[in-house]
Amino acid sequence: MAEAKTLGEHLREQGVSRRGFLKFCTATASLMALPPTMVPAIAAALEQARRPSVIWLSFQECTGCTEALTRSYSPTIEDLIFDFISLDYHHTLQAASGDAAEHAREEAMRANWGQYLVIVDGSLPGPDANPGYSTIAGISNWTMLEETVEGAAAVIAIGSCAAFGGLPHARPNPTGAVAVMDLVHDKPVINVPGCPPLPMVMTGVLAQYLTFGQIPELDAYLRPRAFFGQSIHDRCYRRPFYDKGLFAATFDDEGARAGWCLYRLGCKGPSTYNACATMRWNGGTSWPVEAGAPCLGCSESRFWDAGDFYKALSVPTDFDAGAVLAAGAAGAVIGGAAVALSKRRARNEATHRAPVTVDELEQKQ
Amino acid sequence: MIDSVDFLLWVKGPMFNIALAIFALGVTIRLVEIFVLGRKPNYAEARGGEWGPGLRTMVTRSVADPGTFQRAPFDVLVGWIWHVGFLIALLLFIPHIELIKSLLGVGWPGLPNPVVDAVTAVTLVALVATLIHRLRHPVKRHLSTFEDYLIWTVTFLPLITGYLAYHRLIDPYPLALGLHILSAQIFLIVLPFTKLTHMFTAFIARWYNGAIFGRKGVSS
Repeated sequence: MAEAKTLGEHLREQGVSRRGFLKFCTATASLMALPPTMVPAIAAALEQARRPSVIWLSFQECTGCTEALTRSYSPTIEDLIFDFISLDYHHTLQAASGDAAEHAREEAMRANWGQYLVIVDGSLPGPDANPGYSTIAGISNWTMLEETVEGAAAVIAIGSCAAFGGLPHARPNPTGAVAVMDLVHDKPVINVPGCPPLPMVMTGVLAQYLTFGQIPELDAYLRPRAFFGQSIHDRCYRRPFYDKGLFAATFDDEGARAGWCLYRLGCKGPSTYNACATMRWNGGTSWPVEAGAPCLGCSESRFWDAGDFYKALSVPTDFDAGAVLAAGAAGAVIGGAAVALSKRRARNEATHRAPVTVDELEQKQ
Repeated sequence: MIDSVDFLLWVKGPMFNIALAIFALGVTIRLVEIFVLGRKPNYAEARGGEWGPGLRTMVTRSVADPGTFQRAPFDVLVGWIWHVGFLIALLLFIPHIELIKSLLGVGWPGLPNPVVDAVTAVTLVALVATLIHRLRHPVKRHLSTFEDYLIWTVTFLPLITGYLAYHRLIDPYPLALGLHILSAQIFLIVLPFTKLTHMFTAFIARWYNGAIFGRKGVSS
């Protein structure tokens, strides 16, 4: 339930120093590409922010997003910010179950009508699909989403499943899964994709919402530009090797050992927009490309269907050599037939040649 | 906006096969036609070989003779610049090499990206110059047909879309990449049915020229 305590009070209670808090504000400002002069404004706004009520709906998901958010750090200021929101409904984290859990959701909605944030992780069976593929307390995902979103201030789709459909939406999409933005049209939707998304991106989006009281600037896929504004490729520390044309050809060759570019091993960095390359994972320890694994493009729509993970980005997804060869063979047949036809015509003309006389030509004119 | 991803997956998937199939069909029709038609048998006694002069002419005819260069220095110079630039961008850009390798199984070393980028910029400028030249030159404008402008466009589009995609000047990126791939596919589809066939026939024609002269015992 939303409480009257401000974030400043809450953080002081948790023993967070002023210096630590300002460092967080500075990091947030730089992540959001704001000038350093904005840091005091962010600090002031966050200090005074009231606990917003958050309802977290988990649909067709694997809980990986929640795991990433809650387990990847030892307690840090991001966790505290996360603690600070009033998480009134979350299957995995709440103590209540069954009817009590559903009552908590309804209660939170009533108490904070028009104010609360809805966070969704997981896709949901679309309107045309069998709702039975995913239900909670006998309520279909879609009904629950519709009901809950009605009184929401904004909806945040966490993870690639909620943002773009993700794994459930991958071909052949047996459950008819759709993304949150396919169904929610009358409320602001913020997509925070990733499989899972970076915890700092999640807290950053919340911090921005708390600071400015409005949703951040979004890109064409409704992702906050502050975190999804640049491609992995453009911020990758291996980029100089790409530009020089130095590539690892296998996972254990000289190039791989020397830390060369992973483009040829299928890195989707050029087409992937995310903050992994700058923020990194596990408290800034490392990230997939640094660990020698090509970027899979997990924060992009339909990344499961976008071709082989380990084939270069420029390689076609379903090349059908047979069809192309068949077309070539058909071309040879048609070409041969055309030649036969014109040769026969030439022969015909040679045998049935009827020379015209000058008089005939003059008569025609 | 998800549509741009669907579009990219379509050009990388089914459309790629369609474009390549039309290209294969068209090119084999044209080449089989040319080779099977052949030439009229020549009953005169040969005064020299065909292969040597044929192959030599394939090279010598690619370089303009001094007279041609003096008469049309712009055509020769700019023509060379953009043809070479186009081939460098097509064949020595690493993602293109990866694509060719996945289709044909053969690859080769590429050039560093900033080099390909600079070459592409020069090629684009040269191509625009050829268009302006064609439009401003009264004789050339008179001789130009719809097909000439069509093949200029389908040649220009893959370069400009590739340049825009590389520099991320079209948003969202999947749309930029999709447009680039589609423009290359349009190039492939149009190729066999227009003057672009010269990619294959120019050298064959030069060989025939040299071979005919060689057989007659004259230098070409």
